[in-house]
Amino acid sequence: MNGDTFKMIIYLSFGTILMENFVLSNFLGICPFLGTSKKLSSAVGMGVAVVFTMAIASAATWVTNEYLLVPNGLEYLQTIAFILVIAGLVQFIEMLIKKFLPPLYNALGIYLPLITTNCAVLGVAILNVQYEYNLWQSVLYSASAGASFMVATIIFAGIREKIDFNDIPKCFKGLPIALITAAFLSMAFTGFQGLFG
Amino acid sequence: MNNRSLNEMTKGIIKENPTFVLVLGMCPTLAISTAAKNGFMMGIAATIVLIFSNLLISLLRKVIPDRVRIPCYITLIAGLVTIVQLLLQAYLPDLNRTLGIYIPLIVVNCIILARAEMFANKNTPWHSVLDGLGMGLGFTLSLTCIGIIREFLGTGSFFGMKLTGDIPMPTIFIMPAGAFLVLGTLMAVIAKIKDKPMEIKDCSDCPMNCSGKQDKEENR
Repeated sequence: MNGDTFKMIIYLSFGTILMENFVLSNFLGICPFLGTSKKLSSAVGMGVAVVFTMAIASAATWVTNEYLLVPNGLEYLQTIAFILVIAGLVQFIEMLIKKFLPPLYNALGIYLPLITTNCAVLGVAILNVQYEYNLWQSVLYSASAGASFMVATIIFAGIREKIDFNDIPKCFKGLPIALITAAFLSMAFTGFQGLFG
Repeated sequence: MNNRSLNEMTKGIIKENPTFVLVLGMCPTLAISTAAKNGFMMGIAATIVLIFSNLLISLLRKVIPDRVRIPCYITLIAGLVTIVQLLLQAYLPDLNRTLGIYIPLIVVNCIILARAEMFANKNTPWHSVLDGLGMGLGFTLSLTCIGIIREFLGTGSFFGMKLTGDIPMPTIFIMPAGAFLVLGTLMAVIAKIKDKPMEIKDCSDCPMNCSGKQDKEENR
């Protein structure tokens, strides 16, 4: 492995999680970020499900793009093709896990369908094409993007569990304080900018 | 235009504002509102998709089988978004570059699917178009408002016009953290006005009724 590949791997993984956090600096996947961060356990479950689905979905959409859309000059159908591939794939993974890995299904099953319409999954598929990543770079980038979602959601869920015990003004209860917490979290992550010079 | 039609249109602007009351479509709201103009144009793009998706889904509401309605809606919406994206690429390339990935992501914008599911598949095409128009205008209005606030606080401009001269402005407001901060504060103000705390919608009771909910019904 030469130096450039190593740099690329570090940049794609840690750079995506810390500097280009999908939730906190790209605003992708805000709905599940807010929706599943009430309890730490559900944040972990959703996070794992997102990493897993994003890695597989990005491989599938990369193959679709490279071998189906580009050779036939159908790039303009990208959005439709990707959303159908992702929706079909998530359903398929769900059925597969339900059949062969019931314990995993019990842990992650309820989160999988929510991912179909998660903008982070479609977003990462489109970004892979935009950045012209090859298959392995796409999968690494997408898994890291999923991990960045997981890191943000878990930290956020931890803070929200504590906020529940605090005495805050009535009008800030619920969504407003959650958004302001996210603002401080995002500000903290800004500190990682320039980590790799 | 009778009373009901007027009501379908105006309810989306204030009473059922998609951003501030229904709390839908957070991703583009936070990402695109760095400047008033961007927010406005994003809102218009979403409005166009929303009007046509509501119209088509309402026209097809008796044709689409109930079990496969969500995939049908998504495909339909994806087609409309592609049309808007190609038009933007052709006629407004600069804007297309600014809005970037958030244009194709209109497909997964909750507002559009939620209106299809909550309104268009139960109502006549005319009312659905008005609902789409109202909701779209409500979305545009809130995006523009947040854009105006962030643009002014962050750069001291109003729709690109410099107002504050040489006074340095806190750029944090046009950075990602500023988006959360401004929206959070606005939500608190609205909760104060309505005198009712703003709840976070859990994914399980999200109006989108995506496959998550169907699953629960099956398990019952």
